[in-house]
Amino acid sequence: MHQEMPRLSRRRNAATARPALRVRSALPGDLAQVIAIDARATGLPKPEYWAGILRRYGRGGARRRFLVGEAGARIVGYIVGEVRDWEFGSPPCGWVFGIGVLPDEREAGVATRLLEAMTADFRRQGVTTMRTLIARDNRLVLSFFRSQGMMAAPVIPLEKDVG
Amino acid sequence: MRLQKNTLLALYSALEFAAQPQRQLSVAGIAASLRVSPHHLAKVLRTLGRAGLVDSVRGARGGYRFAGNARRVTLMDVIALFEDIGAPPLRARRSRRAAEQALDEVLAEIDDTARATFGSVTLDTMLKLIERRNGRD
Repeated sequence: MHQEMPRLSRRRNAATARPALRVRSALPGDLAQVIAIDARATGLPKPEYWAGILRRYGRGGARRRFLVGEAGARIVGYIVGEVRDWEFGSPPCGWVFGIGVLPDEREAGVATRLLEAMTADFRRQGVTTMRTLIARDNRLVLSFFRSQGMMAAPVIPLEKDVG
Repeated sequence: MRLQKNTLLALYSALEFAAQPQRQLSVAGIAASLRVSPHHLAKVLRTLGRAGLVDSVRGARGGYRFAGNARRVTLMDVIALFEDIGAPPLRARRSRRAAEQALDEVLAEIDDTARATFGSVTLDTMLKLIERRNGRD
């Protein structure tokens, strides 16, 4: 679940003093802040969902990663991803399926640092392609991933109303 | 997907300006690099000026300077000044046959994707893409 991250306002002055950002694996004590970041963007707290993410991804299982960005004592962003093999017929590939940054920490390169950390991890796992899936109308997050050099993948997501 | 000539000129010009935001570029200079007449390009640049993407500088050594935010201005912002991408075709409004409606549905899907793509690529992202391509050449 990607959040809207960058704002349309001009970039904040980089000289603004802020604690150094540290990217690390998520811990149980981070969960409340991650849930709050997600809820601020989506308007919907999902404690059970995030508890499940922490359970399955937080321990950095073989190919799963749940990373957070920590500045001072605050969690300012998160990213979730994993390497999946032969899904949809694709050779092993890194998938990013969740990224979010605290609104007042945006435009400071937090999402870029999180994505770089995930990218480095994917590389260490031997994959050469990274993918994500974003709602077509989520222009801001689409723009962020585009700015990171991501292009349209050779796949087309399809859906059907089965209600 | 084909864009009209003026739209392409506007995109190329906007990229020229965004690549050198501090510099004032002459119409003649850009026209020469794009191989079009200065008169033709001037009309395109006036449209970019009215949209606030470039500022005109008067005088003998006048020209234009970039006035937008390359990290925010998308390709769609420029394209929309010149043409209506993905506007529903006129026939859609009076379609009666199911086959026409079905085809319109598929075409609308393509248009939605085009709009999402143009709307998510900023001038800054394009400049990085150009840089990467130059690096490969």
